[in-house]
Amino acid sequence: MSLDRRQFLKIAGISSILGFGASVASATHTIWEKGLEPPQIEPNKDGLIAKRWAMVVDMSKFKTDEDIKMVTNACHQTHNVPDFRNPDGTVDEKFEIKWIWQEPYERTFPGAENQFMSEHIKGMPFLVFCNHCDNPPCVRVCPTKATFKLSNGVTMQDEHRCIGCRFCMAACPYGSRSFNWTDPRKAINAATENKAYPTRTKGVVEKCTFCTERLQFGKMPACVEAAPKGAMFFGDIEDPNSEVRKIVSSQLTIRRKPELGTGPAVYYVIGGSDHA
Amino acid sequence: MLEKAFEGGKSYWAWLMFLGALALIGVYYYIQQFQFGLGLTGLHRDVSWGLYIGQFTFLVGVAASAVMLVIPYYLHDFKKFGKIVILGEFLAISAVTMCILFIFVDMGQPMRIMNVVLHPTLNSVMFWDSVVLSGYLAINLLVGWVTLSADRKGVPPPKWIKFFIYLSIPWAVSIHTVTAFLYAGLPARHFWLSAVMAARFLASAFAAGPALLIILGLIVRKVTKFDPGKEPIQAVGKIVTYAMFANVFLLGLEFFTAFYSGIPGHAQPFKYLYVGLEGHTELVPLMWTSTILAVLALVLLVFPQLRKKEGLLAFACVSLFISLWIDKGFGLIIGGFVPNPFEEVHPYWPTMPEALITLGVWAIGFLVLSMLYKIAVSVRERMAGIEIEH
Repeated sequence: MSLDRRQFLKIAGISSILGFGASVASATHTIWEKGLEPPQIEPNKDGLIAKRWAMVVDMSKFKTDEDIKMVTNACHQTHNVPDFRNPDGTVDEKFEIKWIWQEPYERTFPGAENQFMSEHIKGMPFLVFCNHCDNPPCVRVCPTKATFKLSNGVTMQDEHRCIGCRFCMAACPYGSRSFNWTDPRKAINAATENKAYPTRTKGVVEKCTFCTERLQFGKMPACVEAAPKGAMFFGDIEDPNSEVRKIVSSQLTIRRKPELGTGPAVYYVIGGSDHA
Repeated sequence: MLEKAFEGGKSYWAWLMFLGALALIGVYYYIQQFQFGLGLTGLHRDVSWGLYIGQFTFLVGVAASAVMLVIPYYLHDFKKFGKIVILGEFLAISAVTMCILFIFVDMGQPMRIMNVVLHPTLNSVMFWDSVVLSGYLAINLLVGWVTLSADRKGVPPPKWIKFFIYLSIPWAVSIHTVTAFLYAGLPARHFWLSAVMAARFLASAFAAGPALLIILGLIVRKVTKFDPGKEPIQAVGKIVTYAMFANVFLLGLEFFTAFYSGIPGHAQPFKYLYVGLEGHTELVPLMWTSTILAVLALVLLVFPQLRKKEGLLAFACVSLFISLWIDKGFGLIIGGFVPNPFEEVHPYWPTMPEALITLGVWAIGFLVLSMLYKIAVSVRERMAGIEIEH
């Protein structure tokens, strides 16, 4: 091999689109030294970096259903998530793909509800998405390393390697993964398609990626950008000065099913606060 | 020896044609599924495995059960199994073939199947399952072929094959243990998160597999000149009885833990399967059919005077086989997914194309089985009862 590092990274960068194509990375020894890096291209100087990305969600800042829809739509538009509909216009649950969506409190935190709890809290909507666990069961079970951890804590998915066995869907305790039961392009509006992000094929699993492709260009995740002020925070939880760290270390936050040992990186603030 | 599979009477060919037709129907619908995607099945994001994976799981058990003939014959020198041990080995080959096909038809991207080999992932139980299953297929092909060839020549099989015969014993246990680990190691699937899962898998396998073998043995006796013998069939009947009691005992343990602990997550799948949950009772009739058939089979099996009547034994074996097929080939998988991680009930039911693809895979399995049995029976008929020391 007479390629220098720069040349290699260029070729690797062309042949892998925005982190889809980790197989290229296996050709370089750097994985063993540093772990996988999000893009197999030279890091963007403006790119956001972190030791451990994490999210804080404060649902009390979402005042209306519209506020929530803004967030879910922003994500699904950005990532070309198909929108399968029944003839009557309702969501076709059989084919539905979800990266971020809302569930009531009692569904988000099963077992944490009680009989006398206020109906307001019980039915309060919560945004749910991939928890980018410290110890993700999906990564543990994947037979091809198509889903894998990045060194910054993001649980990524290589849709070009996925064989569609759906073991990760059985393993995920959060129902965060969706399978393409048919060609998703049938349900993507060509007029609003985001040409900067790839569409997927049938027969592969997909999920939230913490907007890895946006972080590389110095942008916050699409959901965070679309959320009302103070509703969603994204940052490096390992950094004592980050907003996420300040919130998590100063007030009560809860995570989904922490007893399973998965180490979710999504923290929920309950009841709201004036912080930040 | 292979030519024996193509030498048969009219009824043999008619049977093969019938299976071939079913297989072709399955292939036709598989092509549809290949083009449209797995959305052609009844699966959805909450119940993401179903009939295919259930059949796979059940058939791994049938494959492993060959060991129930191998152990008595080779380890305990139980001579009476000499004539039928080959039937067990050939059943294992056919069952593993079906297992591989069921995994294949369940894949979203089947053309990428080699990724499992290209990117071996030691922390994935599915990787290990593919290793042990292909190994088991190879061992049984080797052992079955070598011993039968020796029989045909009227000589004892070569000494080196003993190594592979002994190896097949722990290997059979391994295929079903690893298959159980696919389920038993997932953190939030209460129904599967059970330490007795692998033990129960083995117990139900050692009941269902030998029960099928009894049925097959009786059919072979009826349609060919080869008689597996009354005594071996009775001996296998005893094995079925013990294994089925062990299985029911282990199922009872699951019920105790789920309901006495009172932990809702543990009880919910059992409630969904046996009495219904949140108004959903889709699987209740099926699970009670399984329960009633199991009780019926146990009553017929436990009394020696009933079991000794071959007609009743056959009836008991058919009941038991259907019972365990429902329990393990269907209920076990669905119970893991209902309720979903949000504790919501989203039921699943297979579609017609899905059922026909499933039937097609079974037809291919029985096609392989019929041809292998034809070979074995031809050799046995020629030997006409001459016993060969293995």
